[in-house]
Amino acid sequence: MSGDFAVVGKALPKVDGLAKCTGQTKYADDLSLPRMLYGKLLRSPHPHAKILRIDASKALALPGVFAVITGKDLPIKFGIMPSSQDEHALAVDKVRYVGDPVAAVAAIDEETAERACELIEVEYQKLPAIMTIEEALKEQNVRIHEDFGAGGNLHKVVALEFGNVDEGFQEAEYIREDLFFYQGSTHLPMEQHACLAQYDLDGKITLWSSTQTPHYVHRALAKVLQMPESKIRVIAPPVGGGFGGKDDPFSHEICAAKLAMLTGRPVKITLTRDEVFYTHRGRHPVLMWVKTGVKRDGRITAMHFRSFLDGGAHGSYGVATTYYTGALQPVTYKIPHYKFEAVRVFTNKPPCGPKRAHGTPQPRYALEIHMDKLAEDLGLDPVEMRRRNLTGPHHVTVNWLKINSNGVRECLEKVVEASGYQKKRKRGGGRRGVGLAISTYICGAGLPIYWNDMPQSEVHLKIDRTGRVTAFSGAIDIGQGSNTMLATFVAEVLGLRPEEIALVTADTDLTPIDLGSYSSRVTMMMGHAAIQAAEKLKKLLFEAVSEKLGVPTERLVARDHRIYDRENPAKSIAFDEAARLAEAKFGTLAATGSYWAPKKLGTYKGSGVGPSPAYSFSACVAEVECDPETGQINVEKIWLAHDIGRPINETLVIGQVEGSVYMGLGEVLMEEQEFRNRLGIHKIPSLLDYKSLTTKEMPPVETFLIYTDEPNGPFGAKEAGQGPLSPVIPAVANAVYDALGIRIDEIPITPEKVLKALEDKAKGGKGRVGPERMPDFQFPAPIKVEPPK
Amino acid sequence: MATKAVRPKKRKIAVRGPGKTPIKLIVNGETHELLVEPRRTLLDALRKDLGLTGTKRACDEGTCGACTVLLDGKPIYACMALALECEGRSIETVEGLARNGKLHPIQAAFIEEDALQCGFCTPGQIMSVKALLDENPNPTLEDVKRAVSGNLCRCGAYPKIFKAALRAAELLRSGS
Ligand code: FES
Ligand code: FES
Repeated sequence: MSGDFAVVGKALPKVDGLAKCTGQTKYADDLSLPRMLYGKLLRSPHPHAKILRIDASKALALPGVFAVITGKDLPIKFGIMPSSQDEHALAVDKVRYVGDPVAAVAAIDEETAERACELIEVEYQKLPAIMTIEEALKEQNVRIHEDFGAGGNLHKVVALEFGNVDEGFQEAEYIREDLFFYQGSTHLPMEQHACLAQYDLDGKITLWSSTQTPHYVHRALAKVLQMPESKIRVIAPPVGGGFGGKDDPFSHEICAAKLAMLTGRPVKITLTRDEVFYTHRGRHPVLMWVKTGVKRDGRITAMHFRSFLDGGAHGSYGVATTYYTGALQPVTYKIPHYKFEAVRVFTNKPPCGPKRAHGTPQPRYALEIHMDKLAEDLGLDPVEMRRRNLTGPHHVTVNWLKINSNGVRECLEKVVEASGYQKKRKRGGGRRGVGLAISTYICGAGLPIYWNDMPQSEVHLKIDRTGRVTAFSGAIDIGQGSNTMLATFVAEVLGLRPEEIALVTADTDLTPIDLGSYSSRVTMMMGHAAIQAAEKLKKLLFEAVSEKLGVPTERLVARDHRIYDRENPAKSIAFDEAARLAEAKFGTLAATGSYWAPKKLGTYKGSGVGPSPAYSFSACVAEVECDPETGQINVEKIWLAHDIGRPINETLVIGQVEGSVYMGLGEVLMEEQEFRNRLGIHKIPSLLDYKSLTTKEMPPVETFLIYTDEPNGPFGAKEAGQGPLSPVIPAVANAVYDALGIRIDEIPITPEKVLKALEDKAKGGKGRVGPERMPDFQFPAPIKVEPPK
Repeated sequence: MATKAVRPKKRKIAVRGPGKTPIKLIVNGETHELLVEPRRTLLDALRKDLGLTGTKRACDEGTCGACTVLLDGKPIYACMALALECEGRSIETVEGLARNGKLHPIQAAFIEEDALQCGFCTPGQIMSVKALLDENPNPTLEDVKRAVSGNLCRCGAYPKIFKAALRAAELLRSGS
């Protein structure tokens, strides 16, 4: 596909930028309704306890309190994945983490609601808390979920073998094993989750909520409230940041709806910052072990990868996360024989879930450091080591993932060259260093969360007789720019400007299904649906114009608000006039578009996680300046090349790359979702103490976009919002090694760990900080999968 | 030199209450009379009493800058100020920037440079930049970084926020 686009690929401003810069955008917490009450949740102070008694009478007696509900009022379980229906909106019988919601109150104002929560008496009987992966694997008597999971405190166990790793290791001339730990972190969107529920007397619930997945919230509400979905309307106003933290249906959403039903008045619940930390669903802490066999020249003969995931108290997306820690290794590197084993455990901590690049930054961190170590052992340079193993375009991986376009090689060469990596390497003199890493990510999960044969994204489009085009889509803009994408696709096809397209989004009554803003799926899936709908309308317009101008439809072009004859551009009709001609000929002008992802190739159990219409690729070089006295690591500069296929809006893509770099740097250097051990209390539930990058630590980022024109992508596009995060983390770790000769195999790389490793090195040790051993755990015999021929 | 938004300086305020008390707030040049609890924060007064929801709450404890407004031209965290303390003083919020249907150059620069993603931190960022440029029309990159260092952006739009602030300075200097 050539570059002959009118608006696609241009650096245009966001269509919703003006509203956001003037304070006009209404986020969920900005909404209010007449007679609105405020809701509050009472949360567990214990990590694990039985609920013996709840007495809300004093709270109910407080003037200004309208209703109090507890677990008895919402007994039906829910959860994002059909296989993990393990949550109650309010705890029934027991609590599983500090912050677990126990009761909810609706009152005249927030202060009264808070006071009422304090007046609810809950008698707990404490149970032993399980706080670590090791404890969860070992403990048989204390179970966090009695009736759910894979036995004991195991949530999910996976064992897969593609090809024959024993054979692969036999062919190897060198084998290396490494252990890594990736600490959990949280999304921390600036917008605290908020929702507003309204109940009409005709029995209809409307819920406005800051959610990335209004469709799944819709389903969960119907299930728990035992109401038909037709009686529920979910609207997602613009979301003030998500990063995966607003992907699940949540307790506060269900409670607000229930309280609105009980009181007959609108109820708003806005979480406090503290509550957002406890609501979590963030990055899983993962302990990883990887063993790789290679030939002397660096070519991989076999890989065995194990991950142990700390899931927190609930399933959430955990089954998918578990598979994702093993799915994408073969997408960047050719691995002829591959074994992957993983176990996700329950612990008495807030549930983990999907955070930006869902389940893939952890193994990528391990793998990219492991590759550097292998290279060093073999006497190869890290670039060459990677070059010899890279996958190419049109490749089917050992685990049956189909790659079409693949710009990983170009990405790698680009950052190596632009950063002067080879010149700078090993020249640090104990202070400065450079590090390299590559990665990949999906452009939308190939399968919906609840399996069905219907489209994953649908768009409705109409043109009225003034020539106004309105696009309807269930997609929700969380800052990633999906509104701009929708408008750009439609505008491109119809020859208009993006800002002219009216948008109706994320409203289950008005918009067709889009499954939500997760797994980098929206540009890919909504994009195709939008193009398809716009093409259908263009066809009608062209037929009407063709008749009027006496020009065959094949010669017509829609551009710059006109439809004209390619061979004689003076022969033209204005867009709005064309709309009237078409309406006169065909009646009201409306069309639909639908997108189904291509069928997956794998048929083994677990083959549902990993397939995607396309894969994006990234490569990163980080340059760091280290202070051996204080252990402080400053990132001086980041070079990041991203295979975007083709950018739909270059400015937005660069914004997504920079945002991913920002978040990756936070994870590698400072962010930690950490708990006081036996108490299960978050160590730092405040924006001040939970360390994240400020303007002062943010280094310059030089972004390179690699064009590969993905055949499955809308106008050749691939994702940008998540993939570029992953390589940043190991690139920094590798740079620290280049500078100081120490290996921090456990993120975040804090000054304490740096000093500890330096000290160890000075004493003649390895200069490494990281996990020392794998937990004792017997994985079941793997499912054997024959690799593609 | 404008510095980052801070908790407002403690001022002596006459003891009032218990119960709601009448106050006058001058917001974006308009005087509002309202009845608030003495403990009402400026942020709540703006958002809940005056419906000025452009000023955002992201922590309510003075740690993020989303609620930054200008008090007598200086950037403060509205969540850390009592409405009472601000009585009779000039308060500027994001809603007051665009005049006569025309965007303020800082807003225009933020849109042009795409200095926002989800937009939730944006009003606070813009107000911090306003405080900087009001005082220093010709800031360096370091000045900009310092001015917005109290404004977190979890979308990581920092590089573009820097560009937008410098671009806004340029626009203001050229009088457009
Ligand atoms: S809301 Fe005021 S500083 Fe965060
Ligand atoms: S733009 Fe989303 S937090 Fe700054």
